[in-house]
Amino acid sequence: MADRDPSPSLRTGPDARGHFGAFGGRYVAETLMPLLLDLEAAYAEAKADPAFRAELDHLLAHYVGRPSPLYFAEKLTDHLGGAKVYLKRDELNHTGAHKINNCLGQILLAKRMGKTRIIAETGAGQHGVATATVAARFGLPCVIYMGARDMERQAPNVFRMRLLGAEVRAVESGSKTLKDAMNEALRDWVTNVADTFYIIGTAAGPHPYPAMVRDFQAVIGEEAKAQMLAAEGRLPDLCVAAVGGGSNAIGLFHPFLDDPVELVGVEAAGKGLESGAHAASISGGRPGVLHGNKTYLLQDADGQILDAHSISAGLDYPGIGPEHAWLHAIGRVRYASVTDAEALEAFALLARVEGIIPALEPAHALAHVAKVAPKMGRERIILMNLCGRGDKDIFTAAGALGVSL
Amino acid sequence: MSGAAAAAGGASAEAGAKGAGAGPGGDRLARRFAGVAPRAALVTFVCGGDPSPELTPAILEALVEGGADILELGMPFSDPMADGPSIQAGNLRALGAGVTLAKLLAIVSGFRARDAETPLVLMGYVNPVLAYGPERFARDAAAAGVDGVILVDLPPEEADEVAPHLAAQGLHLIRLATPTTDDRRLPTVLAGASGFLYHVAVAGITGANSAAEAEVAAAVARLKASTRLPVAVGFGVRTPAQAAMVAAHADAVVVGSAIVDLIGEAAARGANDVPGEVRAFVARLAAAVRAAPRKLAA
Repeated sequence: MADRDPSPSLRTGPDARGHFGAFGGRYVAETLMPLLLDLEAAYAEAKADPAFRAELDHLLAHYVGRPSPLYFAEKLTDHLGGAKVYLKRDELNHTGAHKINNCLGQILLAKRMGKTRIIAETGAGQHGVATATVAARFGLPCVIYMGARDMERQAPNVFRMRLLGAEVRAVESGSKTLKDAMNEALRDWVTNVADTFYIIGTAAGPHPYPAMVRDFQAVIGEEAKAQMLAAEGRLPDLCVAAVGGGSNAIGLFHPFLDDPVELVGVEAAGKGLESGAHAASISGGRPGVLHGNKTYLLQDADGQILDAHSISAGLDYPGIGPEHAWLHAIGRVRYASVTDAEALEAFALLARVEGIIPALEPAHALAHVAKVAPKMGRERIILMNLCGRGDKDIFTAAGALGVSL
Repeated sequence: MSGAAAAAGGASAEAGAKGAGAGPGGDRLARRFAGVAPRAALVTFVCGGDPSPELTPAILEALVEGGADILELGMPFSDPMADGPSIQAGNLRALGAGVTLAKLLAIVSGFRARDAETPLVLMGYVNPVLAYGPERFARDAAAAGVDGVILVDLPPEEADEVAPHLAAQGLHLIRLATPTTDDRRLPTVLAGASGFLYHVAVAGITGANSAAEAEVAAAVARLKASTRLPVAVGFGVRTPAQAAMVAAHADAVVVGSAIVDLIGEAAARGANDVPGEVRAFVARLAAAVRAAPRKLAA
């Protein structure tokens, strides 16, 4: 008789129709369905082509600066007085965040598919800057949709995108933030079906985007795993990452899904879950359909989407990637949440004790680390994804801390 | 089944869901298409609850009095990503005025009590339906006198959660074909389609660009070679002249954004007879559709 079945791998999703359990899928207008089917086929072909991977790896090494270091944050560890804290330094990438890993992969695919125009949505502007960067590098015209309110909050990034040659279009509809920018990008795509490639920035949207973005971001977890084995001779006990749409988190978590490692995604609790002003789709939302996928969403009893709130514009989105929704549903990943105030405290802490100014997104992950590390023994190891640097956030942070610049 | 419904029977045969069109009112859509033939039917779209739930019943009556043959009533959604600025604004006005799916179904129920024959189709996005509960939605919509449902972000691949409940209640699930629906894709769209086939005339959002006559004629001819369902054409049809052009080639012509714009403009100006203005505009559309020469091959 055969041995008992080993646990099935959690890394094989999505299924053929793009579903992660009850989540994911392709909830789009019929006009887009043939395009998504083409994209799925083109991506499968590219994934199997060693030349595609080689070109991407070359650019990741020489243009982005990968591998990013795995840094033992000794001062932070001493300060917290518990588990050893390692930071995966994806904030050192070209453009200052993990977003470029995915943008390079997608623009290589766009080129392979013969597309001649790039569009993207952006919230904080990090994905917009990364998209504008790769569009400049590959000489393709690029339109970035950005909520009018976010353009006010993130003026330096608007300037960066324009400097890189992108056209930034203000979105005046709805709440004038990331979700409305995504609506507008989808409207552009459905209108310009022949020549346009839509570079989605997070691990959400219609299949194959969640899987594709995850694959391009999984370089984070793959590198970190090898680096951790080299540094400590073993895997970490706990991985922590901030979750908005969830691309940096799925990138870190995916290579660890089948390993005995605890995984925690940290959502933005804004002014507190009970306040209603937050962006915690799993902790404070329920399943529904938006932007092409079924996932946890902030919505009212009638299924109308609610505005999200977070001090971090990158987490200010009322949904989450469908693979996270599934990992939550099966209990493999735990989703915690951190308030604006806690994130700001962590933002200041890392600057002070390690000389690293983190973006407000990973400051949420750090705030969680600061809560749990002191309760863990000194022999335990935490791996946190420091997915972006904080230069873009100094105005927001100064404002919140009552400092006028 | 009535004789007229049998005459348009391709619909039910292709539904693959035995119940479609078997609601309490019989198959109003099939009867209406048979009744207006050989001319094209005029289909009008308004957002339910725009500019207010209180005005919607009078607007529905005005559409019928103006000459609409089939009504599409939008189920407002906060994020209507397939819609252009006109219908986005209509959705927001309706939500701002406090409309909900439950209120909309009550409005349909009231309409049906006064008008037993004009087919009424609900159109919108799937999330409010999921929030309401697909089974409960199908039951309550059928009881209210709804004839069919169009869910723009629910392609055939994702329809399993909703379609069986609609079929069980005799509601048509109306499918969309678009300029990107190639020959490889079309059979997937047609499998399970019922009521009519909605051809989106241009790749894009509602109320934006318009298709040329030759494109409309070619698209309808191609679709009719593959289905016996009536083919309705919409997106970018804003004027009586454009409606007449489409009506010459299709089984039905859909006008939405132009009416929604008119409602928004009249409401903003504080017009005291919004339904009257709707009635007058629809009468011009209806006259153009009725006078259109018939170029559709039998």
